[in-house]
Amino acid sequence: MSRDESTELKHFQDRIDAEEKVEPKDWMPERYRQQLIRQISQHAHSEVIGMQPEGNWITRAPTLHRKSILLAKVQDEAGHGLYLYSAAETLGVSRQEMTDALHSGAAKYASIFNYPTLTWADIGAIGWLVDGAAIVNQISLQRTSFGPYARGMVRICREESFHQRQGYQIMMVLAAGSGEQKAMAQDALNRFWWPSLMMFGPHDAASAHSAQNMTWKIKRQTNDELRQKFVDQSVLQAEAIGLVLPDPDLKWNAARAHYDFGEIDWNEFQRSMTGGGPCSRQRIAHHKQADAEGEWVRAAVVAHDHKQAAQLSTSRG
Amino acid sequence: MTLSDLQLFEVFLRPRRGLDHKHVGSLHAQDPAQAIEYARDVYTRRGEGVSIWVVRSADIVASQEGDVEPFFDPLDDKPYRHALHYKLPNSVDSM
Amino acid sequence: MQPSTLDPLTTYTVRLGDDALVSGHRLSEWTGSAPMLEEELALANVALDLLGRARLCYGYAAERTGQGCSEDSFAYQRDCRAFTNHLIHELPRGDFAFTMARQFMVDCLAVPFLQGLARSLDSRLAGIGAKCVKESRYHLRRSTDWMFRLGDGTEESHRRLQSAVDELWGFTPELFAQDALEAELVHSGVGVDLEPLREPWLTAVNQTFSGAGIVLPALDWQVDGGRQGLHTEHLGHLLSELQFVQRAYPGQQW
Repeated sequence: MSRDESTELKHFQDRIDAEEKVEPKDWMPERYRQQLIRQISQHAHSEVIGMQPEGNWITRAPTLHRKSILLAKVQDEAGHGLYLYSAAETLGVSRQEMTDALHSGAAKYASIFNYPTLTWADIGAIGWLVDGAAIVNQISLQRTSFGPYARGMVRICREESFHQRQGYQIMMVLAAGSGEQKAMAQDALNRFWWPSLMMFGPHDAASAHSAQNMTWKIKRQTNDELRQKFVDQSVLQAEAIGLVLPDPDLKWNAARAHYDFGEIDWNEFQRSMTGGGPCSRQRIAHHKQADAEGEWVRAAVVAHDHKQAAQLSTSRG
Repeated sequence: MTLSDLQLFEVFLRPRRGLDHKHVGSLHAQDPAQAIEYARDVYTRRGEGVSIWVVRSADIVASQEGDVEPFFDPLDDKPYRHALHYKLPNSVDSM
Repeated sequence: MQPSTLDPLTTYTVRLGDDALVSGHRLSEWTGSAPMLEEELALANVALDLLGRARLCYGYAAERTGQGCSEDSFAYQRDCRAFTNHLIHELPRGDFAFTMARQFMVDCLAVPFLQGLARSLDSRLAGIGAKCVKESRYHLRRSTDWMFRLGDGTEESHRRLQSAVDELWGFTPELFAQDALEAELVHSGVGVDLEPLREPWLTAVNQTFSGAGIVLPALDWQVDGGRQGLHTEHLGHLLSELQFVQRAYPGQQW
């Protein structure tokens, strides 16, 4: 590293240690830039892919109220993807490049969205647990060191607050409903609980990028810290509506003042990450298809604009 | 091979009368009319704005990282531009 | 809940609700498939406006009906023959050109219609009109812009848009048909007279068509029957999906 670069790096780290934000035009280590592009774009991809399992129930939502809520929620997810793509673009990557990486498999997205939504209760479970987990993560990220990402997270957190509440409310109504409804809710919980825990990523010890991300304050809390927070809050939430978290090892540990919980099946995690999940291929295929089918529309928009510009310069010339 | 992106626009919102327009993010559109409509649909769903500005990102002129010292440091050492520089008796200090 | 058991004003209100529900539902089907992310949000806003409109209409109709009736009674408990929406709304969403061409032609009428409704002597309908016309003004602005972008875009977008207009044209006369029930409501100052809206609509639509390079189709065929519950085969499938959960688990809260 050159003399200048090592000075830059020191200024960069000082800024981070002082809780100042890094803005797009600042000098930054290339690894910081690449790490952020990876993390922000994968976060964006997750939001957009996440529209599919939930969008799956919009046409079948059982009341007009629930239909409107779900449509507004999925709309928000599209918006979140958009804000995050915007934040990533300040780092010099284009939305097209990020889309290409998603399609090729070079970029990943949260594997929770590779699970199918089989019943209406799944929509409740996703709102309660998946958005719940996302919120725990996102609240922490509001203090991330990169300015546009932090500001995007503040905006997202503000919008996300109704997402978890509406999902929990669905589960609350089902759990207090008929025997069939309660069973539907418990079944959804059984299927989404462990994948929700996997959303926080590998154990800290097994996480490749963790240490560096903490030093650069891209990450503010570790995977395990956030996962523990989520478990603790979820136990109480499940108890309040009479549903049972599917973990026989779940137990209050007075010494730690936290809930102990069972070991995650990391093989299942790997499987769902690497295309083995039931909907893995379907999610990407759907995204590719929508993108391909939209091409003529985007081409028309550009062509129309060029024609307008040409007409304008002709009339001026 | 898919088409490359539409153009990038920056979006500014005035949250309510009396406040400045503030930068809220960006979006892709081809022309300003489309950009304004998308800004309305993306950034004002919760009543966040009464006025929208959109600007092509390419049209924004920004100060450079290298400008920071000559642009901003010389402005930082002239305390006589600030009220606190002037110590006055308590009885008249509210001016 | 058959239409014949509802009074004329309620029937009229339900018609408006059915139009809004079916069209809003079709738009919501674009979720996750829009041509770009920004358009996802924009389409969802239109769909949400229309669902809201359906709820306002059904809510009013439910109050007038009583007997434990709710907005969901109308949306989820009636079979195809009881729905009274115009046929144009129930057609499958097709490609983006089809959706926007339909939206444009409907929006073009919705604005003056709702302005008229805002003057209804029934204060609830007037309130619905006044609120919803603001939404439709925005819908019309968007759909008009899309007519130009697609009509005067590429050769492919033009071809798709012309084809969409040709397919939809025969469904538009129904939008102006008024039966005895509506005529009576118009006479009493409650309903909106559609007859004077026809020519201006045609002029406005034609103006946009010609600006977009779209040829006005000849009216070789036309279909109607929606207000009498005589639908295309599409509505049955739409309702199967929409109503499935309530039909599979009857009488529950959600």
